[in-house]
Amino acid sequence: MSVPPFTIRPAAPRLDGPTGPVAVAPGVHWVGALDPGLRNFDVILKTANGTTYNAYAVRGSDGVAVIDTVKAEFAGEFFARLEAVARYDEIRLIVLNHLEPDHTGAVPELLRRAPQAQVRLSPRGLPMLRALLKDEFALYDIKGVTTGQSVSLGDRDLQFFTTPFVHWPDTQCTWLAAERVLFTCDLFGSHYCDGRLFNDLVGDFRFSFEYYFDRIMRPFRSFVAQALDLIEPLDFGIIAPAHGPILRSHPRDYLTHTRRLISSRLASETGAEKTLLIFYVSAYGATAQLAQAIHDGAAESPDVRVSLFDLEGGEIAPFLDLIEEADGIALGTPTINGDAVRTIWEMLAALVDIETRGKLGAAFGSYGWSGEAVRLVETRLQGLKMRLPEPGLRVKLHPSAAELDEGRAFGRRLADHLTGRAAPREVDFAEIAAR
Amino acid sequence: MDKATLTFTDVSITVNVPTGTRIIEMSEKVGSGITYGCREGECGTCMTHVIEGSENLSEPTALEMRVLEENLGGKDDRLACQCRVLGGAVKVRPA
Repeated sequence: MSVPPFTIRPAAPRLDGPTGPVAVAPGVHWVGALDPGLRNFDVILKTANGTTYNAYAVRGSDGVAVIDTVKAEFAGEFFARLEAVARYDEIRLIVLNHLEPDHTGAVPELLRRAPQAQVRLSPRGLPMLRALLKDEFALYDIKGVTTGQSVSLGDRDLQFFTTPFVHWPDTQCTWLAAERVLFTCDLFGSHYCDGRLFNDLVGDFRFSFEYYFDRIMRPFRSFVAQALDLIEPLDFGIIAPAHGPILRSHPRDYLTHTRRLISSRLASETGAEKTLLIFYVSAYGATAQLAQAIHDGAAESPDVRVSLFDLEGGEIAPFLDLIEEADGIALGTPTINGDAVRTIWEMLAALVDIETRGKLGAAFGSYGWSGEAVRLVETRLQGLKMRLPEPGLRVKLHPSAAELDEGRAFGRRLADHLTGRAAPREVDFAEIAAR
Repeated sequence: MDKATLTFTDVSITVNVPTGTRIIEMSEKVGSGITYGCREGECGTCMTHVIEGSENLSEPTALEMRVLEENLGGKDDRLACQCRVLGGAVKVRPA
């Protein structure tokens, strides 16, 4: 018999986690799962030591509530922990704070085992749950709930707070006033797996907390601000998120820190002025000339602070911090091989990491033959939920004096849109349809 | 062909449109911040706030009513991919 070839196996992640449920507060147990081997979450962020899927069971005098579940592969772990604290016929309520698959993987089976349970979630979660349960959706007592609504477990209530877009449309928080526990699902989460579970016991997870915020919450920072405003008055003693450590030591510090994270990364010098950032890439100087003309035109407005940047002279990350604070951006790119240039696309791809909804956007550029780049950039800016009040400005080869005049006029119009002074325009359907 | 006007206040543009035009047919073209997702009345992404002229829009279907309700839409919110301008003047902005 031949000797099997030697193979190097990756070391199994060390798992010093709890084998059963873990008490979080009187009548409240963690019944989640540990995933120490995960290295890439949702294809958008890495994690050096895995994550946890935190689910909770809350016992009241009239029954048990389950708050969120786990990723499907970990359903067995979840059910084992749940069964250690409750019988299925005791479960009268299932709260789904967020419908992403890492929290709902065990929901279909949980409902089969506890079909009597009421399911409560934000109204925006209903279409997701319909898609998850398919024909079984109609079998259960499922209702949307909003801020101010609550469900009684007898001697204690669970109260709901609608906190959309932290980070999906459906997200909500659930408040157990009796034990001062706030269940926040992904808000205040981190991808950090440590079986000791609580923030006063686990290793240093500060990096993970901030990294998670940057990748998951930052693109929705205005919604995070609204969520914080809503939950800040609650006198919580424990924040119980759906990923990473349970925050029972100085929980309010995490809210305060999140306030810092959603604040401007740079102190603004602009006061009440509107800000327009113009970025360009230029092969032969033509697009740069246009950029300068647009800058000069916009800068004629006393209420607009205009900045001009050659994208090839900077890193994208610091520019993102600027764009996040800006009221508008204009991107200039030549058309090369029928496309915008790579640096512009890298910038446009990176914009997914910040909140761009509602900002003013514009595109411009020089071209030689066909000039597709401007329209391609505009399409991407619209995809980023920006408003584009001015059709893009294109110039064939180097701009003439008249075309530079048009560039300055373009800049003035962008400034007018930023300051609300843009003259109303009336156009015909046929003209618009031709665009 | 009967005409109507559709104003997008976030980009300061009024479009003269044939009656029956869906808001989303114009919102993308004029660069309005009214965005879209599924275009089939399911996702609620294109929710639009009607500032004036709601009486000039088609009645919401059962599907649109449900999606608006689930997306916590207000009484003056509509789905740009579903409602049509039937005449007169309509003024909208992103919800």
